[in-house]
Amino acid sequence: MKYGTLILHNGNEIEPHTGALSIPIYQASTFHQHDIDHPGKYEYSRSGNPTREALERTLAALENGTRGFAFASGMAATSSALAILKQGDHVIAPEDLYGGSYRILTRFFTEFGIETTFVDMTQLDNVREAIRSNTKAIFLETPSNPLLKITDIAGVVAIAKEHNLITMIDNTFMSPYYQRPLDLGVDIVIHSATKFLGGHSDVIGGAVITKSEALAAKIYFVQNGFGAVLGPQDCWLVHRGIKTLRARMEFQQQAALKIAAWLKEQSWVTDVYYPGLPEHPGYEVQQRQASGFGAVLSFKTDTVERALQIMKRVQLWSVAVSLGGVESILSYPAKMSHASIPKPERERLGITDNLIRLSVGLEEPDDLIDDLKR
Amino acid sequence: MKIETRLAQAGLCTDQATGAISTPIYQTTTFRHPAVGVSTGYDYSRTGNPTRQVLEATVADLEQGDRGFAFASGMAAITAVLMMFSSGDHLLVSDDLYGGTYRVLERNFRQFGLSVDYVDTSDLTAVAGKIRLGETKAILVETPTNPLMKITDLAAIAALAKQHGILTIVDNTFMTPYLQRPLELGADIVLHSGSKYLGGHNDVISGLVVTAAKELSERIGFIANSTGAILGPQDSWLMLRGIKTLALRLEKQQQNAQFIAEWLTRQRIVTKVHYPGLPDHPNHAVQARQSSGFGAMLSFRVADPDWVAKIINRVKIITYAESLGGVETLITYPIKQTHGDIPAEVREQIGVTADLIRLSVGIEDVNDLIADLEQAMAGGEL
Repeated sequence: MKYGTLILHNGNEIEPHTGALSIPIYQASTFHQHDIDHPGKYEYSRSGNPTREALERTLAALENGTRGFAFASGMAATSSALAILKQGDHVIAPEDLYGGSYRILTRFFTEFGIETTFVDMTQLDNVREAIRSNTKAIFLETPSNPLLKITDIAGVVAIAKEHNLITMIDNTFMSPYYQRPLDLGVDIVIHSATKFLGGHSDVIGGAVITKSEALAAKIYFVQNGFGAVLGPQDCWLVHRGIKTLRARMEFQQQAALKIAAWLKEQSWVTDVYYPGLPEHPGYEVQQRQASGFGAVLSFKTDTVERALQIMKRVQLWSVAVSLGGVESILSYPAKMSHASIPKPERERLGITDNLIRLSVGLEEPDDLIDDLKR
Repeated sequence: MKIETRLAQAGLCTDQATGAISTPIYQTTTFRHPAVGVSTGYDYSRTGNPTRQVLEATVADLEQGDRGFAFASGMAAITAVLMMFSSGDHLLVSDDLYGGTYRVLERNFRQFGLSVDYVDTSDLTAVAGKIRLGETKAILVETPTNPLMKITDLAAIAALAKQHGILTIVDNTFMTPYLQRPLELGADIVLHSGSKYLGGHNDVISGLVVTAAKELSERIGFIANSTGAILGPQDSWLMLRGIKTLALRLEKQQQNAQFIAEWLTRQRIVTKVHYPGLPDHPNHAVQARQSSGFGAMLSFRVADPDWVAKIINRVKIITYAESLGGVETLITYPIKQTHGDIPAEVREQIGVTADLIRLSVGIEDVNDLIADLEQAMAGGEL
């Protein structure tokens, strides 16, 4: 079966009792047990809910993993995945990691004795040099947010395997439609399902998908224990969003490519960051490890004033945080998604005050370009 | 304004634009900014969602606290509160507590370097003896406890904690703010599994935290936003809808519970009934002082543990399922369900044994419930 079909037909789309082509929303907290010695499949919705299960199985099928887990938000997914670590463990993460992930690593996990070293992961040697005797995991995010830097996934996996380390990757920007890290040897995939998977800017959700049964058991233990689960209505919305993942991603990517090419020619644009441009330093790696480039790009303007002016004048683009929805969103990383990273650190990473991030939606690309011209 | 009025009017007319009586469900992830650096007050739904905020403000008001926070489950609420602590911190926790809480403490937070002592919090001397100066950071109390309905004197515990600069955290799930308001008795943080009485319809999984003071609100707010275990808008709305009938439901439920508890004490095969509303309950007087009711949870013991399975498999109106607090009466077998994660030797020690059955009494006609229990117990001919 081709992937485009698998998205719609993976065995979790039809409710067997009634034949409904949409999974019912089981808005139930608990389930009647028929026999005291033989608990049923579902006991309590935090531990397992049929609507959530349909979504979780779909996620596992799409990422080619053993099990999927749905969480209350992308950050709940990331926090829960990291919670399999112990006091005294060490993690290696990319230096231009999403601000929210940076925040939990530096503000919470440090409190519990879990340390992180942030490195420029586009250079594999940096990863190798950061490994210590207590290193347990490598956290990847590629393309990175907001500068779309590309990390060689298989390269990092090879280093991790040499040292017996767990690899976790935030695959939000690519979605499994364009990139399937488990097939490249990664152990755990994380998503903010709020973005491309949900796709409609209407649901906050997170996902974790594991390659091995052993890690699945650990993640399940945290999911059930910490209880940061996704509610049934929101599970249903993500499940519904996934049905159009391919159609949305392909259109959005085409539009992103067109906008990136247009931006490159503007005299007031100094840099365009999009892995679909052949001059992008990670272009070749991206071509090798993914089947597309996604629909998020960023660019720098000649002056900070111009960046502010664009944000003030746009009408079609929503100035908002988040990305991956059908509506195009323009955001300002320095003040929004990456505000939790201290300014000197932001500047060093290139997240400057003239940087704008675009999440390209389903509008007509020419209209979006005209709006930027304003 | 009386609490019944505040309950009925929870989330009433919050939408100024339309005047809608019911709070709108804001099924949105993000909010458009009117201009750069200008926010409507809402940026991203993990950080703040209008539907969730109405629920959060409602529980803060009901518990008479500074701020409320809604989480994806009761366990997510407890986990968020535990995230306030650091490696090396020590906690004191009621020894007879919900198995899920025991599990995260033992399996997750222990590996993060937290240490925990379990103590009978109804015994103040025992609690005082376990406090480690400088190391103990909080006392986590469940009262009544689950499933043995032991009662802790909240004002006394909070006073003891204050004396030592320790936080008092109370799981108020069984009582709800309608019957008991721990913050008024000196507690710092109140927790709820919103899935139980507050939601009340066995249809939503959720958790709530209410803080007494601004400094704690900021810490919990930071955790909720960062670790992101928040409650979705649909579930937030269901919680608000449930809260409106809390007073009606609980009044009926505890009336039924009192009646069933008294009936159970008269049954030949029942050896013990744990319900704080019974005058011979060891802490009946404390409960009467600190709460305005006795709630609708009770547990009882039968003479022969082999009868438990028969009773549970025979009930027809009463549903055999985990959870509690809903309008439907549920019967639970703690050693196999809610407390299955607590090691058998620990269970034995605290009295959660094979002869113990827990009942969450609903709003059905009490005579139907009694008749159902009677036929399940086969008139004592088991």
